[in-house]
Amino acid sequence: MKSKTNVPPVNSNRVIAMMTLFLILGVVWTFISRVPDASSQQLGPPPNPKAGFTAPDFTLDLLDGGQLTLSELRGYPVVLNLWASWCLPCRSEMPAIERVYQRYKDAGLIVIGLNMTSQDSESDVRAFVQELGLTLPIVLDRDGSVQSRYQLLGLPSTYFIDRQGIIRSVIVGGPMSEATIQSNIEDLLQEK
Amino acid sequence: MFPFLRIGPFLIQMPGLALLAGLWISTTLIEKEALHLKLNTAATLNMIFSGLFGGLIGARLIYVIEHFNVYLSSPISLFSLNTSTLNSLGGLIIGVVIALLIGRHQRLPFHPTLDALAPGLAVFMVAAGVANLLSGNAHGSPTHFPWAIYLWGEYRHPTQIYETTAALTIFILWKTISAGSRGSGIRFLQVVAFSASARIFLEAFHGDSLIWLGGFRAVQVISLIILTLAIYLTKQWGKAERE
Repeated sequence: MKSKTNVPPVNSNRVIAMMTLFLILGVVWTFISRVPDASSQQLGPPPNPKAGFTAPDFTLDLLDGGQLTLSELRGYPVVLNLWASWCLPCRSEMPAIERVYQRYKDAGLIVIGLNMTSQDSESDVRAFVQELGLTLPIVLDRDGSVQSRYQLLGLPSTYFIDRQGIIRSVIVGGPMSEATIQSNIEDLLQEK
Repeated sequence: MFPFLRIGPFLIQMPGLALLAGLWISTTLIEKEALHLKLNTAATLNMIFSGLFGGLIGARLIYVIEHFNVYLSSPISLFSLNTSTLNSLGGLIIGVVIALLIGRHQRLPFHPTLDALAPGLAVFMVAAGVANLLSGNAHGSPTHFPWAIYLWGEYRHPTQIYETTAALTIFILWKTISAGSRGSGIRFLQVVAFSASARIFLEAFHGDSLIWLGGFRAVQVISLIILTLAIYLTKQWGKAERE
Protein backbone atom coordinates (compact mmCIF):
# COMPACT_ATOMS: atom_id res chain seq x y z
CA MET A 1 0.00 0.00 0.00
CA LYS A 2 1.41 3.44 -0.93
CA SER A 3 1.53 6.31 1.48
CA LYS A 4 -1.21 8.91 1.12
CA THR A 5 0.14 11.37 3.67
CA ASN A 6 1.49 14.81 2.83
CA VAL A 7 4.49 14.06 5.06
CA PRO A 8 6.77 11.51 3.37
CA PRO A 9 7.27 8.43 5.56
CA VAL A 10 10.61 8.12 7.26
CA ASN A 11 12.62 5.04 6.37
CA SER A 12 11.54 2.39 8.87
CA ASN A 13 15.21 1.39 9.36
CA ARG A 14 15.91 4.80 10.90
CA VAL A 15 12.97 4.39 13.25
CA ILE A 16 14.13 0.88 14.16
CA ALA A 17 17.58 2.31 14.92
CA MET A 18 15.96 4.95 17.13
CA MET A 19 13.82 2.35 18.92
CA THR A 20 16.87 0.11 19.42
CA LEU A 21 18.78 3.04 20.93
CA PHE A 22 15.80 3.63 23.28
CA LEU A 23 15.84 -0.06 24.19
CA ILE A 24 19.56 -0.03 25.07
CA LEU A 25 19.20 3.21 27.06
CA GLY A 26 16.04 1.79 28.64
CA VAL A 27 17.81 -1.34 29.88
CA VAL A 28 20.59 0.79 31.40
CA TRP A 29 18.06 3.23 32.92
CA THR A 30 15.92 0.40 34.35
CA PHE A 31 19.01 -0.99 36.02
CA ILE A 32 20.21 2.41 37.34
CA SER A 33 16.77 3.40 38.63
CA ARG A 34 16.20 0.22 40.62
CA VAL A 35 14.88 0.77 44.13
CA PRO A 36 17.90 -0.16 46.28
CA ASP A 37 16.03 -1.50 49.28
CA ALA A 38 12.47 -2.23 48.26
CA SER A 39 11.44 -3.46 51.69
CA SER A 40 12.42 -0.22 53.43
CA GLN A 41 10.49 1.79 50.81
CA GLN A 42 7.37 -0.24 51.45
CA LEU A 43 7.46 0.31 55.21
CA GLY A 44 5.61 3.21 56.73
CA PRO A 45 4.51 5.48 53.89
CA PRO A 46 3.59 8.94 55.19
CA PRO A 47 0.03 9.55 56.39
CA ASN A 48 -2.33 10.61 53.61
CA PRO A 49 -5.99 9.89 52.88
CA LYS A 50 -5.14 7.91 49.75
CA ALA A 51 -4.67 4.26 48.82
CA GLY A 52 -1.06 3.21 49.36
CA PHE A 53 -0.45 5.65 52.24
CA THR A 54 -0.77 5.23 56.00
CA ALA A 55 -4.23 6.19 57.23
CA PRO A 56 -3.99 9.53 59.10
CA ASP A 57 -4.21 8.85 62.81
CA PHE A 58 -6.78 10.28 65.22
CA THR A 59 -8.03 9.93 68.75
CA LEU A 60 -11.72 10.72 69.11
CA ASP A 61 -14.49 10.35 71.65
CA LEU A 62 -16.82 7.42 71.20
CA LEU A 63 -20.55 8.15 71.20
CA ASP A 64 -21.06 5.74 74.10
CA GLY A 65 -18.15 7.06 76.13
CA GLY A 66 -14.43 6.40 76.05
CA GLN A 67 -12.00 7.12 73.26
CA LEU A 68 -10.71 5.36 70.18
CA THR A 69 -7.26 5.78 68.60
CA LEU A 70 -6.89 4.50 65.05
CA SER A 71 -3.18 3.63 65.29
CA GLU A 72 -3.92 1.33 68.26
CA LEU A 73 -5.87 -0.92 65.89
CA ARG A 74 -2.77 -2.04 63.95
CA GLY A 75 -2.93 -5.75 63.39
CA TYR A 76 -6.63 -5.63 62.50
CA PRO A 77 -8.28 -4.75 59.21
CA VAL A 78 -10.35 -1.60 59.62
CA VAL A 79 -13.24 -0.11 57.68
CA LEU A 80 -13.56 3.61 58.36
CA ASN A 81 -16.84 5.13 57.20
CA LEU A 82 -17.19 8.92 57.29
CA TRP A 83 -20.83 9.92 57.54
CA ALA A 84 -23.40 12.45 58.73
CA SER A 85 -27.01 11.90 59.79
CA TRP A 86 -28.38 14.33 57.16
CA CYS A 87 -26.55 12.56 54.30
CA LEU A 88 -29.03 10.35 52.40
CA PRO A 89 -26.50 7.96 50.78
CA CYS A 90 -24.92 7.53 54.26
CA ARG A 91 -28.32 6.51 55.61
CA SER A 92 -28.85 4.12 52.70
CA GLU A 93 -25.55 2.27 53.06
CA MET A 94 -25.30 2.18 56.87
CA PRO A 95 -27.54 -0.92 57.35
CA ALA A 96 -25.29 -2.86 54.94
CA ILE A 97 -22.19 -1.69 56.82
CA GLU A 98 -23.77 -2.82 60.12
CA ARG A 99 -24.64 -6.23 58.65
CA VAL A 100 -21.10 -6.71 57.35
CA TYR A 101 -19.73 -5.66 60.76
CA GLN A 102 -21.92 -8.25 62.47
CA ARG A 103 -20.81 -10.91 59.99
CA TYR A 104 -17.07 -10.31 60.24
CA LYS A 105 -16.39 -8.88 63.70
CA ASP A 106 -15.50 -12.31 65.07
CA ALA A 107 -12.96 -12.68 62.25
CA GLY A 108 -11.18 -9.60 63.62
CA LEU A 109 -12.73 -6.90 61.44
CA ILE A 110 -13.10 -3.48 63.00
CA VAL A 111 -15.67 -1.08 61.54
CA ILE A 112 -15.71 2.55 62.67
CA GLY A 113 -18.47 5.02 61.89
CA LEU A 114 -16.75 8.41 61.95
CA ASN A 115 -19.45 11.05 62.29
CA MET A 116 -18.77 14.55 60.91
CA THR A 117 -20.11 16.07 64.13
CA SER A 118 -18.84 19.56 63.23
CA GLN A 119 -21.55 19.60 60.53
CA ASP A 120 -24.06 17.45 62.42
CA SER A 121 -25.62 17.45 65.88
CA GLU A 122 -25.04 14.87 68.58
CA SER A 123 -28.77 14.49 69.21
CA ASP A 124 -29.33 13.71 65.51
CA VAL A 125 -26.43 11.24 65.63
CA ARG A 126 -27.97 9.44 68.61
CA ALA A 127 -31.39 9.34 66.94
CA PHE A 128 -29.78 7.98 63.73
CA VAL A 129 -27.89 5.25 65.60
CA GLN A 130 -30.99 4.27 67.54
CA GLU A 131 -33.26 4.26 64.50
CA LEU A 132 -30.93 2.01 62.49
CA GLY A 133 -30.00 -0.13 65.51
CA LEU A 134 -26.27 0.37 64.96
CA THR A 135 -23.85 -1.52 67.20
CA LEU A 136 -20.61 -0.58 65.44
CA PRO A 137 -18.42 1.97 67.25
CA ILE A 138 -19.32 5.57 66.39
CA VAL A 139 -16.68 8.27 66.93
CA LEU A 140 -17.36 12.00 66.91
CA ASP A 141 -15.26 14.51 64.99
CA ARG A 142 -16.51 17.53 66.92
CA ASP A 143 -13.96 20.10 65.70
CA GLY A 144 -13.67 18.87 62.11
CA SER A 145 -9.95 18.18 62.49
CA VAL A 146 -10.21 14.58 61.22
CA GLN A 147 -12.40 15.75 58.36
CA SER A 148 -9.64 18.11 57.20
CA ARG A 149 -6.93 15.49 57.85
CA TYR A 150 -8.84 13.15 55.54
CA GLN A 151 -9.39 16.00 53.03
CA LEU A 152 -13.06 15.07 52.90
CA LEU A 153 -14.34 15.37 49.32
CA GLY A 154 -17.83 14.01 49.75
CA LEU A 155 -20.05 12.00 52.04
CA PRO A 156 -20.07 9.14 52.59
CA SER A 157 -16.38 8.27 52.21
CA THR A 158 -15.11 4.84 53.15
CA TYR A 159 -11.51 3.78 53.74
CA PHE A 160 -10.47 0.14 53.77
CA ILE A 161 -7.33 -0.09 55.92
CA ASP A 162 -5.10 -3.16 56.16
CA ARG A 163 -3.46 -4.69 59.23
CA GLN A 164 -0.38 -2.47 58.78
CA GLY A 165 -2.51 0.68 58.86
CA ILE A 166 -2.15 1.27 55.10
CA ILE A 167 -5.21 2.43 53.15
CA ARG A 168 -5.93 -0.19 50.48
CA SER A 169 -8.94 1.39 48.81
CA VAL A 170 -11.10 4.48 49.12
CA ILE A 171 -14.70 4.80 48.02
CA VAL A 172 -16.04 8.34 47.84
CA GLY A 173 -19.79 8.63 47.48
CA GLY A 174 -22.43 6.03 47.90
CA PRO A 175 -24.44 4.15 48.74
CA MET A 176 -22.10 1.15 48.49
CA SER A 177 -23.71 -2.21 47.91
CA GLU A 178 -23.19 -4.89 50.52
CA ALA A 179 -21.19 -6.91 47.98
CA THR A 180 -18.85 -3.96 47.37
CA ILE A 181 -18.17 -3.63 51.10
CA GLN A 182 -17.83 -7.37 51.58
CA SER A 183 -15.47 -7.96 48.65
CA ASN A 184 -13.15 -5.18 49.83
CA ILE A 185 -13.20 -6.63 53.34
CA GLU A 186 -12.49 -10.18 52.18
CA ASP A 187 -9.36 -8.89 50.42
CA LEU A 188 -8.21 -7.33 53.71
CA LEU A 189 -9.06 -10.37 55.83
CA GLN A 190 -7.19 -12.73 53.52
CA GLU A 191 -3.93 -10.86 54.13
CA LYS A 192 -2.08 -11.90 57.24
CA MET B 1 -5.62 17.99 41.97
CA PHE B 2 -9.37 18.34 41.39
CA PRO B 3 -10.90 14.88 41.73
CA PHE B 4 -14.57 15.71 42.27
CA LEU B 5 -17.04 18.39 41.32
CA ARG B 6 -20.24 18.56 43.31
CA ILE B 7 -23.27 19.72 41.33
CA GLY B 8 -26.28 19.61 43.64
CA PRO B 9 -26.70 16.02 44.80
CA PHE B 10 -24.30 14.71 42.16
CA LEU B 11 -20.61 14.09 42.71
CA ILE B 12 -18.93 14.29 39.30
CA GLN B 13 -15.66 12.37 39.02
CA MET B 14 -13.40 14.77 37.11
CA PRO B 15 -10.79 12.13 36.13
CA GLY B 16 -13.60 10.06 34.62
CA LEU B 17 -14.77 13.13 32.73
CA ALA B 18 -11.23 13.68 31.38
CA LEU B 19 -11.11 10.06 30.22
CA LEU B 20 -14.51 10.40 28.55
CA ALA B 21 -13.34 13.55 26.73
CA GLY B 22 -10.18 11.67 25.72
CA LEU B 23 -12.27 8.79 24.43
CA TRP B 24 -14.41 11.16 22.38
CA ILE B 25 -11.38 12.92 20.80
CA SER B 26 -9.65 9.56 20.26
CA THR B 27 -12.61 8.03 18.42
CA THR B 28 -12.96 11.18 16.29
CA LEU B 29 -9.29 10.92 15.26
CA ILE B 30 -9.57 7.17 14.67
CA GLU B 31 -12.64 7.72 12.48
CA LYS B 32 -10.75 10.36 10.47
CA GLU B 33 -7.72 8.09 10.05
CA ALA B 34 -9.92 5.13 9.14
CA LEU B 35 -11.47 7.26 6.38
CA HIS B 36 -7.96 8.10 5.05
CA LEU B 37 -7.14 4.40 5.05
CA LYS B 38 -10.39 3.62 3.24
CA LEU B 39 -11.54 1.38 6.08
CA ASN B 40 -15.14 0.77 6.96
CA THR B 41 -15.45 3.48 9.65
CA ALA B 42 -18.67 2.08 11.12
CA ALA B 43 -17.05 -1.33 11.52
CA THR B 44 -13.91 0.26 13.05
CA LEU B 45 -15.95 2.20 15.62
CA ASN B 46 -18.09 -0.86 16.27
CA MET B 47 -14.91 -2.80 17.03
CA ILE B 48 -13.66 -0.09 19.44
CA PHE B 49 -16.90 0.26 21.36
CA SER B 50 -17.42 -3.52 21.51
CA GLY B 51 -13.92 -3.82 22.96
CA LEU B 52 -14.56 -1.06 25.50
CA PHE B 53 -17.97 -2.36 26.52
CA GLY B 54 -16.77 -5.96 26.59
CA GLY B 55 -13.72 -4.93 28.58
CA LEU B 56 -15.88 -3.17 31.14
CA ILE B 57 -18.19 -6.16 31.53
CA GLY B 58 -15.16 -8.47 31.61
CA ALA B 59 -13.52 -6.39 34.34
CA ARG B 60 -16.64 -6.75 36.50
CA LEU B 61 -17.07 -10.46 35.72
CA ILE B 62 -13.46 -11.27 36.64
CA TYR B 63 -13.90 -9.34 39.90
CA VAL B 64 -17.14 -11.23 40.59
CA ILE B 65 -15.42 -14.57 39.92
CA GLU B 66 -12.70 -13.54 42.41
CA HIS B 67 -15.40 -12.82 45.03
CA PHE B 68 -17.94 -15.40 43.88
CA ASN B 69 -19.48 -16.17 47.28
CA VAL B 70 -20.11 -12.50 47.99
CA TYR B 71 -21.96 -11.95 44.73
CA LEU B 72 -23.82 -15.24 44.96
CA SER B 73 -25.74 -13.89 47.93
CA SER B 74 -26.25 -10.48 46.27
CA PRO B 75 -26.34 -10.92 42.46
CA ILE B 76 -27.92 -7.50 41.91
CA SER B 77 -24.57 -5.95 42.99
CA LEU B 78 -23.18 -7.17 39.66
CA PHE B 79 -24.68 -4.02 38.17
CA SER B 80 -23.14 -1.63 40.70
CA LEU B 81 -21.61 1.51 39.18
CA ASN B 82 -18.74 1.38 41.65
CA THR B 83 -15.39 1.37 39.84
CA SER B 84 -13.57 -0.18 42.80
CA THR B 85 -15.15 -3.54 42.00
CA LEU B 86 -13.44 -4.01 38.63
CA ASN B 87 -10.43 -6.14 37.73
CA SER B 88 -8.62 -3.81 35.32
CA LEU B 89 -6.06 -6.30 33.97
CA GLY B 90 -8.77 -8.89 33.30
CA GLY B 91 -10.89 -6.21 31.65
CA LEU B 92 -8.02 -5.10 29.42
CA ILE B 93 -7.32 -8.65 28.21
CA ILE B 94 -11.00 -9.44 27.59
CA GLY B 95 -11.52 -6.06 25.85
CA VAL B 96 -8.59 -6.64 23.46
CA VAL B 97 -9.73 -10.20 22.68
CA ILE B 98 -13.29 -9.02 21.97
CA ALA B 99 -12.00 -6.16 19.76
CA LEU B 100 -9.84 -8.64 17.82
CA LEU B 101 -12.76 -11.03 17.35
CA ILE B 102 -15.14 -8.27 16.26
CA GLY B 103 -12.50 -6.82 13.90
CA ARG B 104 -12.05 -10.25 12.36
CA HIS B 105 -15.79 -10.79 12.11
CA GLN B 106 -16.20 -7.39 10.39
CA ARG B 107 -13.35 -8.34 8.00
CA LEU B 108 -11.26 -5.31 8.96
CA PRO B 109 -7.71 -5.60 7.53
CA PHE B 110 -5.34 -6.07 10.50
CA HIS B 111 -2.43 -3.71 9.74
CA PRO B 112 -4.40 -0.73 8.38
CA THR B 113 -6.82 -1.03 11.32
CA LEU B 114 -3.94 -0.86 13.78
CA ASP B 115 -2.65 2.26 12.00
CA ALA B 116 -6.10 3.82 12.27
CA LEU B 117 -5.99 3.25 16.04
CA ALA B 118 -2.57 4.92 16.46
CA PRO B 119 -3.66 8.58 16.86
CA GLY B 120 -6.48 7.53 19.19
CA LEU B 121 -4.04 5.65 21.38
CA ALA B 122 -1.67 8.63 21.55
CA VAL B 123 -4.47 11.07 22.44
CA PHE B 124 -5.99 8.71 25.00
CA MET B 125 -2.59 8.62 26.76
CA VAL B 126 -2.77 12.44 26.99
CA ALA B 127 -6.23 12.13 28.57
CA ALA B 128 -4.93 9.48 30.99
CA GLY B 129 -2.18 11.89 32.09
CA VAL B 130 -4.73 14.67 32.66
CA ALA B 131 -7.00 12.23 34.57
CA ASN B 132 -4.08 11.30 36.83
CA LEU B 133 -3.30 14.98 37.39
CA LEU B 134 -6.92 15.58 38.44
CA SER B 135 -7.08 12.55 40.74
CA GLY B 136 -3.56 12.80 42.16
CA ASN B 137 -2.95 9.19 41.11
CA ALA B 138 0.34 7.98 39.61
CA HIS B 139 2.09 10.47 41.88
CA GLY B 140 5.80 11.21 41.77
CA SER B 141 8.52 10.55 44.30
CA PRO B 142 9.57 13.35 46.67
CA THR B 143 12.01 15.86 45.18
CA HIS B 144 13.48 19.32 45.78
CA PHE B 145 13.50 20.27 42.09
CA PRO B 146 12.08 23.78 41.53
CA TRP B 147 9.24 22.42 39.35
CA ALA B 148 8.04 20.02 42.05
CA ILE B 149 4.34 20.07 42.93
CA TYR B 150 2.98 19.80 46.46
CA LEU B 151 0.93 16.63 46.55
CA TRP B 152 0.06 14.14 49.30
CA GLY B 153 1.97 16.04 51.96
CA GLU B 154 5.26 16.44 50.08
CA TYR B 155 6.92 18.20 47.16
CA ARG B 156 6.96 15.60 44.41
CA HIS B 157 7.93 15.08 40.79
CA PRO B 158 4.95 16.17 38.66
CA THR B 159 4.88 12.74 36.98
CA GLN B 160 1.38 13.35 35.66
CA ILE B 161 2.62 16.45 33.81
CA TYR B 162 5.69 14.56 32.54
CA GLU B 163 3.42 11.83 31.18
CA THR B 164 0.93 14.22 29.60
CA THR B 165 3.80 16.08 27.88
CA ALA B 166 5.36 12.82 26.69
CA ALA B 167 2.02 11.64 25.27
CA LEU B 168 1.52 14.97 23.48
CA THR B 169 5.05 14.68 22.03
CA ILE B 170 4.31 11.15 20.82
CA PHE B 171 1.14 12.40 19.13
CA ILE B 172 3.13 15.17 17.40
CA LEU B 173 5.79 12.62 16.35
CA TRP B 174 3.03 10.45 14.89
CA LYS B 175 1.84 13.46 12.88
CA THR B 176 5.29 14.46 11.65
CA ILE B 177 7.89 11.71 11.42
CA SER B 178 5.93 8.51 11.00
CA ALA B 179 7.77 5.58 9.52
CA GLY B 180 6.39 3.17 6.96
CA SER B 181 3.44 3.88 4.73
CA ARG B 182 -0.04 4.43 6.07
CA GLY B 183 -1.68 1.08 6.52
CA SER B 184 1.47 -0.96 7.11
CA GLY B 185 0.84 -1.10 10.87
CA ILE B 186 4.26 0.42 11.54
CA ARG B 187 2.82 3.79 12.54
CA PHE B 188 0.87 2.03 15.31
CA LEU B 189 4.01 0.18 16.43
CA GLN B 190 5.86 3.51 16.49
CA VAL B 191 3.30 4.99 18.91
CA VAL B 192 3.50 1.85 21.06
CA ALA B 193 7.33 1.87 21.05
CA PHE B 194 7.62 5.58 21.89
CA SER B 195 5.00 5.23 24.64
CA ALA B 196 6.88 2.27 26.13
CA SER B 197 10.17 4.23 25.95
CA ALA B 198 8.54 7.18 27.74
CA ARG B 199 7.19 4.84 30.45
CA ILE B 200 10.64 3.30 30.98
CA PHE B 201 12.19 6.73 31.51
CA LEU B 202 9.38 8.36 33.52
CA GLU B 203 8.56 5.43 35.81
CA ALA B 204 11.83 6.13 37.66
CA PHE B 205 10.26 9.35 39.00
CA HIS B 206 7.13 7.63 40.30
CA GLY B 207 6.45 7.32 44.01
CA ASP B 208 3.92 4.52 43.62
CA SER B 209 5.82 1.94 41.56
CA LEU B 210 5.18 -1.73 42.05
CA ILE B 211 8.59 -3.14 42.91
CA TRP B 212 9.63 -6.61 41.78
CA LEU B 213 12.46 -8.80 42.94
CA GLY B 214 15.87 -7.11 42.78
CA GLY B 215 14.30 -3.67 43.19
CA PHE B 216 13.19 -3.54 39.54
CA ARG B 217 10.11 -1.48 38.79
CA ALA B 218 7.40 -3.67 37.22
CA VAL B 219 6.27 -1.04 34.71
CA GLN B 220 9.82 -0.56 33.39
CA VAL B 221 10.34 -4.31 32.90
CA ILE B 222 6.96 -4.73 31.14
CA SER B 223 7.66 -1.66 28.97
CA LEU B 224 11.06 -3.10 27.97
CA ILE B 225 9.33 -6.29 26.82
CA ILE B 226 6.73 -4.28 24.86
CA LEU B 227 9.48 -2.15 23.27
CA THR B 228 11.44 -5.27 22.23
CA LEU B 229 8.30 -6.77 20.71
CA ALA B 230 7.54 -3.50 18.88
CA ILE B 231 11.07 -3.42 17.38
CA TYR B 232 10.78 -7.04 16.25
CA LEU B 233 7.38 -6.47 14.62
CA THR B 234 8.52 -3.20 13.00
CA LYS B 235 11.40 -5.14 11.40
CA GLN B 236 9.11 -7.95 10.23
CA TRP B 237 6.33 -5.74 8.93
CA GLY B 238 8.85 -3.34 7.32
CA LYS B 239 10.41 -6.32 5.52
CA ALA B 240 6.99 -7.54 4.39
CA GLU B 241 6.13 -4.05 3.13
CA ARG B 242 9.37 -3.79 1.08
CA GLU B 243 8.79 -7.22 -0.43
